[in-house]
Amino acid sequence: MNTAFATNFVYIISSVLFAFGLKFLGSPVTARRGNILSSIGMLLAVLATLFNGHIISFQWIAIGIIIGGSLGALVAFKAAMTQMPEMIALLHGCGAMASVFVDWTAYQVHGTTDLTNAITLYLSIVIGGLTVTGSGIAWGKLSENIPGKPIVFTGQKWLNTALIASIVILGVLFIMHPARYDLFLMILGLSLVFGVFIVIPIGGADMPVVISVLNSYSGIVACTTGFVIHNTLLIVVGSLVGANGMILSIIMCKAMNRSIGNVIFGAFGSVVKKAGGDEKKEAKAMSVEDAFLIIENAKSVVFIPGYGMAVAQAQHAVRELSEFLEKNGCDVKYAIHPVAGRMPGHMNVLLAEANIPYDQLLEMDAINPLMDTVDVAIIIGANDVVNPASRHDKSSPIYGMPIINADKAKTVFVLKRSMATGFAGIENELFYYENTRMIFGDAKQTIQALVAEFKSSQH
Amino acid sequence: MDLISQLFILALSIFLGFALITRVPPLLHTPLMSEANAICGIIIVGALAAAGTDANSPLTIFLGTGAVALATFNVIGGYLVTERMLKMFKKKG
Repeated sequence: MNTAFATNFVYIISSVLFAFGLKFLGSPVTARRGNILSSIGMLLAVLATLFNGHIISFQWIAIGIIIGGSLGALVAFKAAMTQMPEMIALLHGCGAMASVFVDWTAYQVHGTTDLTNAITLYLSIVIGGLTVTGSGIAWGKLSENIPGKPIVFTGQKWLNTALIASIVILGVLFIMHPARYDLFLMILGLSLVFGVFIVIPIGGADMPVVISVLNSYSGIVACTTGFVIHNTLLIVVGSLVGANGMILSIIMCKAMNRSIGNVIFGAFGSVVKKAGGDEKKEAKAMSVEDAFLIIENAKSVVFIPGYGMAVAQAQHAVRELSEFLEKNGCDVKYAIHPVAGRMPGHMNVLLAEANIPYDQLLEMDAINPLMDTVDVAIIIGANDVVNPASRHDKSSPIYGMPIINADKAKTVFVLKRSMATGFAGIENELFYYENTRMIFGDAKQTIQALVAEFKSSQH
Repeated sequence: MDLISQLFILALSIFLGFALITRVPPLLHTPLMSEANAICGIIIVGALAAAGTDANSPLTIFLGTGAVALATFNVIGGYLVTERMLKMFKKKG
């Protein structure tokens, strides 16, 4: 049995383990087992590659593994759950950059072997390059090192068109003359620049889509690199990751009622705000004491959290309140909108961190049919995802977006600092409904005050 | 391996990916994404080959070592953070 056969055989085992890893992520009960299987697959692939006889010097490998491994472990343990989206963006960028480096080395050492090789190398450095800087900008926006607001300027469309045209023209030239190192570097450089301009006009609210799209790209790059260096394992894994990003992008877009093109090319912030001067509507405020009297008698309560809850770090207080409610004989659930949080599934992680059992977390489609039977819906830091205007107001920019039907509950509490609008800058008519009560103030303090009321009522 | 077999594998893997990932509940979409990051670190097998050949120029040494470091960052960071998140998901009772 020769070593090439043995290596490829181990690669097949690794692919199967990766597939099982993803399959086991289908349920929270088996998910951890899946993660372990997947990491065993990775270890096998690395060992098989290290000892296949092609590797003759180990010192640079050791240095790379020590640096990357220790930084990876450090970031993985230190990152707070609210920082997960930026961590993921960072990982997208690193994965893509590793692929670009591998492509570059292949080109530097072997040049291109044939036409397919030149084409896949070109695709790989273009997608890889723009994923590197695109992820960098996404990371900057999510970690608030760069303003999260869309950055738009005149001539942006022309600049992007010029960039795309240059990348395509240089690409054709490169494929015809693959030995031209200068063309290779120019394509890589322009792709890096293009990545910056793709992400800067996209606003904070659209980040869940951007992260998913970049995830898909990072997979596609691994895939094209697999073609460049003739490695089947990279093709398989790259396809799995590419499909993953694509599915999540579609889910996020559906949840926002927008197309991917609309997210990437039309800055959401440019939506014209409706002129003020509508008839003066009155939102009804309520004190914490009165709110307590209502939830004390409630048989069922649904919390509807938004990213604002995580910003206020209110999730632990919310869990405490829900424990008191349950002791009081009340049924407590959480309604999770697909775009609550800054990335797919983010809200679930934030609530799980606060020790809220996952069987209490219900998806939008599962909770909506039950909303009529709910006594109190408590909205914390969510706004656009509960705006009933999306159901009937054709002039609203969020018309058609699926929402959690909070207004169907008997009473709706909205915990909010002020009457300010949400990400989309749209007035929320729910605040003026007959059954809605606004509880103004810091969400965390409000919840803590409700907990304190429960505590004092028990003495 | 010839191009056509590679394309075969590509097509089937994309189907496999779609079949597997549509079954993952939204509850686990964040860990799913970090898991995807971790397995995307499989580029390490290409990186090892790049860094382990008889290094001749400073550029290839830099690219090879950099690729290994970045890919390892993805593998270690991705798996550990996925484990950290999954550990938090508990059932009631």
